[in-house]
Amino acid sequence: MNQKQNIQLPEGSLGKQTSTLNLGPTHPATHGVFQNILEMDGERIIDAVPTVGYIHRAFEKLAERRPFYQITPLTDRLNYCSSPINNMGWHMTVEKLIGAQLPKRVDYLRVIIMELARIADHLVCNSVIGVDTGALTSFVYVFEFRELIYEIFEEVCGSRLTTNIGRIGGFERNFSALAFSKIENFLKTFPAAMKEFENLLTRNRIFMERTMGVGGIAADRALNYGFTGPNLRAAGIDYDIRVAHPYASYEDFDFTIPVGTTGDVFDRFLVRNEEIWQSVRIIEQAMVKIKDLDPAIYHADLPDFYLPEKEDVYTKMEALIYHFKIVMGETDIPSGEVYHSVEGANGELGFYLISDGGRTPYRLHFRRPCFIYYQAYPEIIRNSMLSDAVVTMSSLNLIAGELDA
Amino acid sequence: MLTHDIIKEKLTAKFGDQVYGFTEHYGILTFETPKENNLKVLTFLNDDPELGFTFLNDLTAVHYPQRLNEELSVVYLVQNIKEGMRLRLKVFTPITKPDVYTVTGLFATSNWLEREAYDFFGVNFVGHPNLIRIMNVDEMDYFPLRKEFPLEDQTRIDKDDDMFGR
Repeated sequence: MNQKQNIQLPEGSLGKQTSTLNLGPTHPATHGVFQNILEMDGERIIDAVPTVGYIHRAFEKLAERRPFYQITPLTDRLNYCSSPINNMGWHMTVEKLIGAQLPKRVDYLRVIIMELARIADHLVCNSVIGVDTGALTSFVYVFEFRELIYEIFEEVCGSRLTTNIGRIGGFERNFSALAFSKIENFLKTFPAAMKEFENLLTRNRIFMERTMGVGGIAADRALNYGFTGPNLRAAGIDYDIRVAHPYASYEDFDFTIPVGTTGDVFDRFLVRNEEIWQSVRIIEQAMVKIKDLDPAIYHADLPDFYLPEKEDVYTKMEALIYHFKIVMGETDIPSGEVYHSVEGANGELGFYLISDGGRTPYRLHFRRPCFIYYQAYPEIIRNSMLSDAVVTMSSLNLIAGELDA
Repeated sequence: MLTHDIIKEKLTAKFGDQVYGFTEHYGILTFETPKENNLKVLTFLNDDPELGFTFLNDLTAVHYPQRLNEELSVVYLVQNIKEGMRLRLKVFTPITKPDVYTVTGLFATSNWLEREAYDFFGVNFVGHPNLIRIMNVDEMDYFPLRKEFPLEDQTRIDKDDDMFGR
């Protein structure tokens, strides 16, 4: 048993003055599969080398074998904290390709669902910044409301986390009265809890000192690194896809884009909090707007792409034909190149779709926001403390599923 | 106000017949350039104060096995953030010598995106600071998103869809 171990040390490691530290891939502080090989001088980080790809599932390759409507479940698993936004983004990409015009009510219902998803995502991210700075209370308070949002999704589509919500051309079924009452209940009870959450953290001395001036990035660097979403806006650039390239009738809504100044953890936190308030505003407006519209409309008239009612399939010849054609992938799709992007909860989620007219995409590329801005992480955390690196990582809202696609 | 006509005019004035194939795909102006010119064109788009395409939205590669000597395509999507104008640039390269100049010096964004394109398509980005695989294991010796790798095992006979396939 007393065998001598033959340890092979990398060259030069005995004489060097710094130490190498593996942070991740499964570390309780990283909230996901992230590995960083840090070069430390005491507690100060000199350099970091992020490794990605631990949960890579080759979605782009899988998509090349799947009919268009079967790709939606793949998008669920990108940013799984706000999968409805991904689902809608994909539906809209295909709708853009086939040139579909959607009724206003469908757009507004989509806006409600997407903004609820954004609130849920921001709640997770911001409350986890609290957890990483040692404040668990606020996390527990707001997670009750994330649960309420998931109950709304459950009422609309039947599932909670990986939602597969909606279809190409609209929703799979109309919103029930219970769904609307759940949304109204959420809108009524959530603001008080959100205020409490802000009271607990925003002007909290400990929280401010842990987050202000930590993990900052200047606006020009953020742009050069392809930052989008709240992280870019925290650096002071008001780029929001909902305004710059409106989709789903976002131009009908009145809301403001919050921006920060320094791009540090505290600014990102503030920007997300304000976006939650703006999302509540948008949902309130949408709830008023849909009251004037025909409550029976929940999908566009797209018989070639939207599955008919099951009852009609059994009783009507035409519905049976369309059902067969859609399921067997016999529908003609125009060939072309589409890029459609939506304002995901953590940035610009883009779909670059090349169709050659076949039943599956010729090529599909996901522009995943956190894959793009995660490469700035070494630069952001250089010369900061290890504990700051953990807070910075949670404030960037990195989602492993989206990072690795 | 930036329009497609202005962009086209400025590019043609600067590069002449080196930029061609202008088309519009769902609102995004698309054009091509020989692969040696990608960095020149993107630098011009970036530096010209009126054009101002300073933001790299997306970079990816596409494999077209049937196009002789231009099997691989690298697609850049750049954006003028102020105007909200997007522009797509394509370069084509033969698969036997897939060398394309890197744009990492211009856009830090492209570092990992180029690594991803290398990992899946084998595009060799000349001058890239760290061109290694990013998603797949380092030992992999092929480029999985190329079209010669079908997703399902082609020897399977229980899933024959000749009856329905196109």
